[in-house]
This record gives sequence, C-alpha cells and structure tokens, in this order.
Amino acid sequence: MKLFKFAQSRSLWMMHFCTGCGAVELPPTMTSRFDMERFGIIPMATPRQSDLLLITGYLTVKTLKRVVRAYEQMPTPRYVIGFGSCTINGGMYWDSYNVIKKLELYIPVDLYINGCMPRPEAIIDAFLKLREMIDKGEANAWKKYIENYEWYKKNQAEVFDVEKWSLKK
Amino acid sequence: MSILYFFLYLLLVTIIGLLYMGAARKITAHIQNRYGPPVYQPILDVLKLFAKKDTASHGIMHSLGPVIAYTGIAATLLFLPLGNHTPLLHFNGDLFVVLYLLVVGPLGMALGAGESANSNATIGIARALSMMLGYEIIFFMATLPVFYHYGTASIYRVIQAQGAFPDWAAILFPISFIAGLFALQGLMGEKPFELVVAPHEIASGPMVEYGGKYLGLLQIWHAVGIIVETGLFVDIFFGPQSILWFFAGTFIVFFATVIVNAVMPRFRIEQAVRFYWGLPLLLSILGILQVYIWR
Ligand code: SF4
Repeated sequence: MKLFKFAQSRSLWMMHFCTGCGAVELPPTMTSRFDMERFGIIPMATPRQSDLLLITGYLTVKTLKRVVRAYEQMPTPRYVIGFGSCTINGGMYWDSYNVIKKLELYIPVDLYINGCMPRPEAIIDAFLKLREMIDKGEANAWKKYIENYEWYKKNQAEVFDVEKWSLKK
Repeated sequence: MSILYFFLYLLLVTIIGLLYMGAARKITAHIQNRYGPPVYQPILDVLKLFAKKDTASHGIMHSLGPVIAYTGIAATLLFLPLGNHTPLLHFNGDLFVVLYLLVVGPLGMALGAGESANSNATIGIARALSMMLGYEIIFFMATLPVFYHYGTASIYRVIQAQGAFPDWAAILFPISFIAGLFALQGLMGEKPFELVVAPHEIASGPMVEYGGKYLGLLQIWHAVGIIVETGLFVDIFFGPQSILWFFAGTFIVFFATVIVNAVMPRFRIEQAVRFYWGLPLLLSILGILQVYIWR
C-alpha cells in the first residue's frame, strides 16, 4: 500500500487544459530550462491517461463544459490545479458576462497557484506541494466531487442555462 | 516447475524492460540538456496505473485487447533464448512462430481500440497495420540469409551454429545486418517511425481511450516488447553470449535506436513505407544475393 502511495505521488501524468494565458508558461516548465520530467511529471495526450488536470487561466462557460467532461473522464484518484487569479476569483475578468469566477464551484480543486501569470518556478513549487499532499493523503478533492455530485451538477447547470446568459435579459 | 520458471522469467524481463524504458527517457533528457526522471520512473508509472481505483471500459473486447497483446508477447518469450541459455521450447521452424506471435500484439491492440470507436484510435491502428508492410518484409528478408546459411529455421540452433567473436552472423552478413537495423527501428516504433502513437498528432493513437489498469498492461507489454525485439536481433546476429553479455548487447542495440529516436522528426505513413521499400529493401536483397553467390 505504501509503495502504491509512493508511486502515486512520484508519477503524475498531467493534462494541461490550456484555456487562458497560462499556456505560455508551460512549455518552459516542460523543456530544458525547468525540466519538470525530473519529478516524474509528463504531459499526456488524453484525459483517460492522466492524473492531473491543469486549468491554466480563465474559463468561459463554453470551455467549462469541455473541462467538466474531461474531468469526469479521468480515472480516480485525480487532481486539479488552478492557475492564476482567474480561477480563484475571476481575476481581471471579474465583471465579464461569459467567464466563470470561481472554479471551485464547478469542479473540486486541490491546489491554486496565484499570480497573474505564475512563473515556472511557482508551477514547479505547486507540483512539489501536490506531491507532498498526496504523500500525506490530503489531496482528496476528487472524493468531494463524488460525495457532493448533486451540488456540483446544480452549480454547473446554473451556468449552462442558456436563458440566463443570453444578452436579451 | 517449468511454469514457475516461466513466470519468474517473465517478471525478470518485464522489470528489465521497464528499466530500459527509464534509461531511454534519461538518455533523451541528457541529449536535450535536461536531468530527466530517475531510471526506475516507468516502474513507478506502472505501479501508479495499477493503483487506479476505477477505469472506464468500452466493452469486453476493449478490456481484453491489452490482455491479448501482453499474452502474445509473453508467449514469444517461450521461444526466445537469452544468449546461449536454452529456451523453454525450441524446434525447427520456431522462427516463423515468433514472427507470427510478434503480430499478435498489434492485433490485440487493434481489436481493443476498435471497440472504443475513437477516430484517433482507428487512424493509429490503420497506421500500425500499414507500417507492418514496411518493416516486417525487411526484417524477414534481412534474417533470411542467416537462417539459409546455417540451414535451419530454429532460433536456438542458429545461435549454437555461430561461434565466438569473428564468427558472428553480423560479421558474415554485414549488409543484412544494416538492413535489419533499419527494420528494428520500425519494429520498435521509435522515431522516425513513431507514427502509430504520435501523441501530438493523433493523441497516442490506439491507446487514446485506455487508462488506468489497461494502460498499465500496455506499458508492460511495451517493456517486454523492447527486450523481445532487441533480443531477437542480438540472438540472430551476435551468436551465443552469456546472459550478461546478451543484455549488454540488447542495451547497445536499444541505445542506438533511442539516439536515432531523440534526434529525428516523424515520417508520414506513406513516406515511412516508401522509405522501407527503398534503401533497406535494396540492402536486404543484396544480403540475399551475397548468401546465394557464396554457397
Ligand atoms: S490569471 Fe492573469 S494570466 Fe492567468 S488567465 Fe487570468 S488574466 Fe491571464
């Protein structure tokens, strides 16, 4: 059991859902300069293969639908990291009509990186923090999603409601 | 008794294959001026995949596909001698059995990935089967002179018929050896023939819908495949070796493919098949001519 825990924290396959500006900080994190592969973290091609979902920035309602779908396809245990202030409170899009403000209301988030935009050092730091959390058994956000499934679905349905978001109102 | 022996053998080969995969990642990282993950990283990856709590399946065949692939490659081990060590089964003609068993892996993947009905998986499978038209022919034609020269179609006897250093088939048939190296690159699915998996293009092809335990099984399938493919090559061309030298030989061959992999871009499918039907085909024909003139 301990061995499996160790393996889970040392091998994280991530899918970076590059929505916002955050996407631009990931290539340097992956390649020679910061080299995140030394921590066993590599990008994967599909949600079915990955353990870690990176939401790199603001999410429009349209993208949120895809994110929820990708998140639900990932096998458990799965982890989510939210990048930048946009995922925490809307950031500079706080008054936009089609951007969600709090990612936490729609999918459970294990860890946020604040900043607009977080530097690769901060991203690597977050990965190490996540590894520590998995070691201690604290990265349990995916359980929240299963337990409070109705609540999350209700929140999602609220924003997916086309009537409410239409400009006519 | 021999069943127990076989499972130990399988376990050993799986672990060594995973370490080879780790070494490949480390070597690639160093070529790209990075540190890279620890050598045992693929073992951790596999453990993690097997520790997944739930895994989506798209039906019976989808679940059975990786099992068929792994069983096929494990059955190949029955016939594969590790250097001068006797395999569990050997008879005249086992080469053909091995060549057929090597196809079971891609076929298992094809059956499994087909059921997922993902278009990326279908493209990957189509590419895998078309690629075989390229490298299988070359691989067979490159090894043909060796088997013809020693008058047997048993891998074990071909090894025993070769002697120590200067009597290696690689030295007797250098042209076929080079053609075989070309074929090996495609057989292992390394760049420039990586188009079956092609993560940036068709999202890892046949594996696109696999996750969790199935993906773990596919990883160890790949690991055993590395040892079987390089091992077959070393057995046929480098004659009888002690077990340590055998693994050293497979590692050297693997190292060569990894280095080519690290610096090459990827072919398109028609370019890959056309490439195989050019120079490597010519070389393998010259190799056959050589043994024909010689006799
Ligand atoms: S937090 Fe800043 S950098 Fe990130 S998506 Fe929002 S605006 Fe862009």
